[in-house]
Formats: sequence, C-alpha cells, structure tokens
Amino acid sequence: MFLSHIWLIPLLPAFGATVMFFFGRKLQKATVSAVCVGTIVLAFLMVCGAVWQYSVWSSSPEHFHQPYEKTLYTWLGSDTGHLTYKTQSGTPVEFRADAGFLLDPLSSIWLLFVTGVGMLIHIYSTGYMAHEGGYYRFFGYLNLFMFSMLTLILANNYVLLFVGWEGVGLCSYLLIGFYFHRKSASDAANKAFIVNRIGDAGFLLGMFFIAWIFGSLQFTKVTTLARAGNLSPETLTYITAATLLLFVGACGKSAQLPLYIWLPDAMEGPTPVSALIHAATMVTAGVYMVARSNALFVLAPTSMKTVAIVGALTAIFAASIGLVQNDIKRVLAYSTVSQLGYMFLALGVGAFAAGVFHVFTHAFFKALLFLGSGSVIHAMSGEQDMRNMGDLRRRIPFTHWTMLIATLAIAGFPPLAGFVSKDAILWETWSREGGAYRILWGIGYITALMTAFYMFRLMYLTFYSRPRMSHDVEHHIHESPKSMTAPLVILALCAIGAGWLGWPQSLGGSDRFTKFLEPVFAPEARVLQLEGQTGQLYAGAKEEGHNTGTEWLLMGLSVGAAALGWGVAWKIYRHADKGYTEPIAAAAPPVYNVLLNKYYVDQGYDYVFTGRRKVGDVRLGVMGLGEASSWFDANVIDGAVNGAGWTTRVLATVSSWWDKWIIDGVGVNGPAILARMLSYPARLFEWGLVQWYALVMTAGLVGFVFYYVYH
Amino acid sequence: METLLNISTLHYMVLSAALFLLGVIGVLTRRNVVIVLMSIELILNAVNLNLVAFSHYWQSIQGPNALHGQVFAIFVITDAAAEAAVGLGILIAFFRNKETINVDEVNLLKW
Repeated sequence: MFLSHIWLIPLLPAFGATVMFFFGRKLQKATVSAVCVGTIVLAFLMVCGAVWQYSVWSSSPEHFHQPYEKTLYTWLGSDTGHLTYKTQSGTPVEFRADAGFLLDPLSSIWLLFVTGVGMLIHIYSTGYMAHEGGYYRFFGYLNLFMFSMLTLILANNYVLLFVGWEGVGLCSYLLIGFYFHRKSASDAANKAFIVNRIGDAGFLLGMFFIAWIFGSLQFTKVTTLARAGNLSPETLTYITAATLLLFVGACGKSAQLPLYIWLPDAMEGPTPVSALIHAATMVTAGVYMVARSNALFVLAPTSMKTVAIVGALTAIFAASIGLVQNDIKRVLAYSTVSQLGYMFLALGVGAFAAGVFHVFTHAFFKALLFLGSGSVIHAMSGEQDMRNMGDLRRRIPFTHWTMLIATLAIAGFPPLAGFVSKDAILWETWSREGGAYRILWGIGYITALMTAFYMFRLMYLTFYSRPRMSHDVEHHIHESPKSMTAPLVILALCAIGAGWLGWPQSLGGSDRFTKFLEPVFAPEARVLQLEGQTGQLYAGAKEEGHNTGTEWLLMGLSVGAAALGWGVAWKIYRHADKGYTEPIAAAAPPVYNVLLNKYYVDQGYDYVFTGRRKVGDVRLGVMGLGEASSWFDANVIDGAVNGAGWTTRVLATVSSWWDKWIIDGVGVNGPAILARMLSYPARLFEWGLVQWYALVMTAGLVGFVFYYVYH
Repeated sequence: METLLNISTLHYMVLSAALFLLGVIGVLTRRNVVIVLMSIELILNAVNLNLVAFSHYWQSIQGPNALHGQVFAIFVITDAAAEAAVGLGILIAFFRNKETINVDEVNLLKW
C-alpha cells in the first residue's frame, strides 16, 4: 500500500505549501505549524512504511534486489512512435520522460534522512521562527522545498530529477532571501541562484549527452545499458564528457570548487534553513546525482579522477578557510563545503557506499550543529560573531551537550557517526587502486585534523573560555524552548548511533549500510573487476586482500588527528578573553589574512566574472569583455550597418533621380512626346464627317479608274 | 418584239451606271441617314442589275445553266437586308444618344 503510493509522498508537502501560499496569511500560527509540520510527519511515516515494504518486496525471490518503479504517466515527449531522434549509435528513439518514481536502497536512504531530519527541523522552526514575521511564508517555502527534494529523490529519470533539482534551487533562493529587506540577504540569494544556474547548464548538457548516447533518461534503462558493456571507445569518450558535465551540475548544487562560493553566503537565511537546505539535504543532491549515475561514472576513469581530486581539494580548501572565520554559521558553512568534498572524494575513488554513508551521518551531525548554532544565536539575541560569545555552557546546557556530541562526531571520535563514515572514506581512498590515491588520502587526513581544530575552536569560543558579550546580551541569555531542544536531543542520539549502521568489519561490525546499498553499487564492483582484468578500465578497482592491520593503523591515525586538533584548540582558546589573538594571525599575518578573506576568491571572481571591478571607466573580466563587445556592436557593427544603410539611401536618391528624369524623361516620355508632336499634322486628315470620307473614297476610286483607263 | 425591244447588255449597263451614280450622289449629299441608307440600297441594286444583265449575257454563250450571276445577286439582296437591319439598329441607338439622325452631326469618328 505504501509502496504503490510513493507518489503521494512528495504531494503531502506540496499540499502544505499550496495551503500556505493561498490561505496562509489568514491562518493562525498554530494552524500553520499543524499543517506544515503535519504534512512532513505524515510524509516521514509514509516513507518509513514504503521503505519497510520495499525491503520486504526486494528480498522476495522474484524481485530480488530489484528497484521498485512506479510510472504514473508520460510527462514529456511522446509515446506515439512518430517523433524520433537518432542516438549516437544511429537507432531512432523517442524522447520521453515519465512522471515516474523509483524506490531503491539509494533513494530509500535519502528519503529516510531527508524526511526524518526535515521533520525535526520543521519542529525546531516552530520554536525558532515563533517571533518572526512571515511565519506562514517561511513554512510554505519549507514545505515547497520538501516537495522538490522528495521529487528529486524519487524521480526515476534525469528530467524529473532536474525538476526537483531546480525546485530546491528555487526554494533555496527564496529562503536565503527570506529577510529580503536586508540587502546582503537578497544579494546572497541572487548569488546562490546564479552560481547554481552555471552548474545547471552543465547538468542539462550532461543530460542531453545521456539522451543522445543511450536514447533514454530513465535511470534503470541507462544503468542497464551502461552495465551491459560492449561500448565502443568513442561511446566511452562521450560518456566521459557526459559525466564531467553532470559533475559540473553537482559542483554547483553541492558547492564544490570552483562553484562553492554561494554556500557560505547562503548563511544569510534563517538558521533552520541553513540546517535543512544548506547542510543536510539540498547540498547533498549533487552527491545523490553522481551516486545515481554510478554506472556511468565508473565507465569514465577521467571523470572519476576529476571527482576525487575536486572533492579532496574542496575539502582542504574549505576547511582551511574555516580555521579562522569568526561568524559561527560561516564556520559551519565552510565545514559543510569541506565535508561535501569528502563525499565527492569517496565517490571519485569508487567508494560510492562510503560517500553515501557520509552523507547520511553528516545529515545528522551537521543539522545538529546548525540547529545548535541557531539555538546559540537565539540565546545571544541574534549575535553570530563568536568573538562576542563565550562561557555559554552552563547557560544553555542542552545546546551545549548536543553540540558537543555533534562536534565529537564531525571531528571523528569513535564510536560516533562521523568517525565511522569519515574513516570509511579515508580507508577507501587509501586502499583503492593499489594506493593510487594516497596523496588524496593525505589531503583528507590533513582536512580531518583541520576539521577537529576549527570545530573545537568553535566550541571553546562559544561555550567555554571567558564571556565576551555585552552586558545587555548577557542578561538576556536563555535556553531555547522545548520545540527547539527536543530535535537537538533526537539528532544527537542519531549522531551517536548512526555509525552503527555502517560499523566496519575490521572492528567486528557487519557494515549493514554498504550491504543495503549493494543492489545499487555492487554490480559496479563486478564490472570493475571484469574490466580491470582487461586493463581497459580500472576506476575504483578495489585492492584484493583486505588489510585489517593497515585499517586499524589508519583509524588510529585519524583519531590521533582529531585528538590533536582538539588539543591545539583547547590550548589556544581555553581561556580566550576579550581581545584574544588568533595564533595564526600572530605567527603569519599574511596567511591569516588570506584565510580570513577566503583566499580572495570572491574578489577574484569580481575581477574575472561579476564585473564589479573597474579601472577608470573600463570594467574588468568577462563582464568588461561583454561591455566592450556591446560597445563594439553598438559603434562598429551598427555603425557599419548604418553606414551601409546611408550609402544605400544616397545611391537610391541618385538612382531615383536617374530613373525619374533620364529613364522616364528621355527614354520613355521622349518618344511619346515626339509621337504626339507628329500626330498634330496627321490629325488634320481626320475630320470626322462620314460623307467626306465617302467622297474622298469615291474620288480616289474615280482617280484610280481614270488612271488605269487613260494610262 | 425583237426589234422593238432590242435591249442589249449595254443598255442595262447604262441604266445600272445611272442608278449607281444616283446612289453615290445620294450617299454623298443627303444629310438624313435614312436617305443615305436608301441610297446605299440603290447602289446595291445597281450592282444587282449589272450582275443579272451579265448573267443573262453569259447564258447566251454558256447555255441556260450559267446562273452564277443571278445567284450572286440573291446573295447581294440578302446582304442588303442584313445591312439595312444593322444600319437601322445603329441609327436607333444613335438617335437615342444624340436625338438626331443628321449625318453631318455625326462627327465622332476622328482622332
């Protein structure tokens, strides 16, 4: 029953959103909360039911490990057989996208944590937004977001996924700009939207490539065709192009280099939005899409390497910026970018399950961190700068304890969730392809160290050290209401326990998470092994012979890194009082400035892309190029056009004069006038009286007769 | 009879020429179109007389079956009837427009 009605799951929040947009203004806050939270709770329950039913269904022998697909109707394109295009192999096929839904282990996991975390964040928002204007608008957007996200997850083809993909982008835009009267918020919303469009262009092109190569955009069909093998080298090249373009889309949505710039600015939105959209769910859509396309990505080793390298670089890049940021939410934003980098690193080395597992655990502890920071901001009367916080642990104990758990989790202390998933990624990076990725492992390891440091820096500056806030603010500090602390506690329990799902075999676990995902990714491993033998493809080929000793060593190392990060942060920030100095600023001011200014990437983009930089009146970068082109067009091209027009006009005047006076005057009217002149004497012979004509005729006749007779 | 009525072809020709001349003078001089038409009939009948006279003469040489001239005269009579009908028709149409049938007032036939 749940399984055959999975299409209802996205429609529940859609209903909530519709009610809010049409009637929300007139509704009481309690009604708004009841409707919007209610739809998500229902959706969560339905998801639980559907996933349970699916697990029963897919363990039956006749549907063993099959994905469940439910097609409602043909949404785009045709099924008449008349409108076809030619695929790369030359077969005519129809363009077709169904309103179809797909439930398999991958989408099950996403559904569970999206609705679960989403539900908690909705409940939290009823407390957090209680005193804000636009309450119904906020919940309407949140529900619309849930609708789009669930469409994205449940779609059974790329086109419907793209609908959800754009929908979440729209909601992200609306919610970042929720405080639209603040210029910085609306600018941040625009930035997020525009940067995402760049990625989406890549995604669209990738989609077209797939439609062209495989003649279908349905996940199951594309996967089957890709796994069937027998692909020509040419096709593999095209698949590389397609996957790289898809990854461009993922870079935009999941904030990877070089398109990550929108995510830190997205913190302008309300904190629950940052938790839901910009930490737990939407930004993982890129990971989802790449994981969904795993059958294609493994056929393109170049793309896999690109994904891995971009992921690793993003991880360390964002983490290093996070080291020195002072805004509590910005630290978490860079942390998110960095963790997303980890996920792509895992995908890139072929450890899809590990990447997905990190998405899963990250959703809990990062949502918890954001919600905790929201609780802190709530307590601090809107203050977000950590330089003005300190010593909050006794004032807001629930927030403190839950955030401490989340910090331990993200820093990677066993046995919390972050330890398991991050270690899985690092271990896979270390061991895959006979150690080809060990440089990336090194980057990931340093990132882990940085992560521990900046997270504990955040904790010390916020909850320990000396109080640095103003007196008014200090007086006003209070623990958040139950509607906010309850989700924190639940998320904290998840952050502790989620790791058990994927507890590695080397530590005596059974890694159920990877097993659950096997139907989606496992055939990959087989393909990789087969093709690895022929030497054609080797992306993500797994090293034979699991070396448990090395794995333990690596685990020890990463726990050591986490402890080291903690220790350094403890030493530096334990007693931070007003006017404390950053150690990096003291040791190397240039490095500190570069990090604080985010490597000047935004400024660089201003020089190259946005055109905000000018030298005199000349704009720089591509916008300057556009302006120059525009000037060239307006003055040179249009000038040439106008010149040609003017010349034509002059020539036309001359030509018209020639035609009027010479051709018509002399050539045509001249003979006519001449003929007329000659006609005047000739007219004299024609005077009109019949009898005269007859007389002349007779006279002529008589004349002839006389002539011939008397000649 | 032979001597009293010894009328030769020449006599006919003279009569015919006289009639023809009368007709031509009538056509050229009379103002009334009806008279002009009557004069044209006179000319045609002069021709007919000529035709019949020569036919008779021809019969005396070729035998009684040489009737070409007489047959031709019948054609001319037919033609004259048709011509009179057409001419009178034009005349009526003309009278309706101009309220006159004087030929010297019909001077449109020029440049």
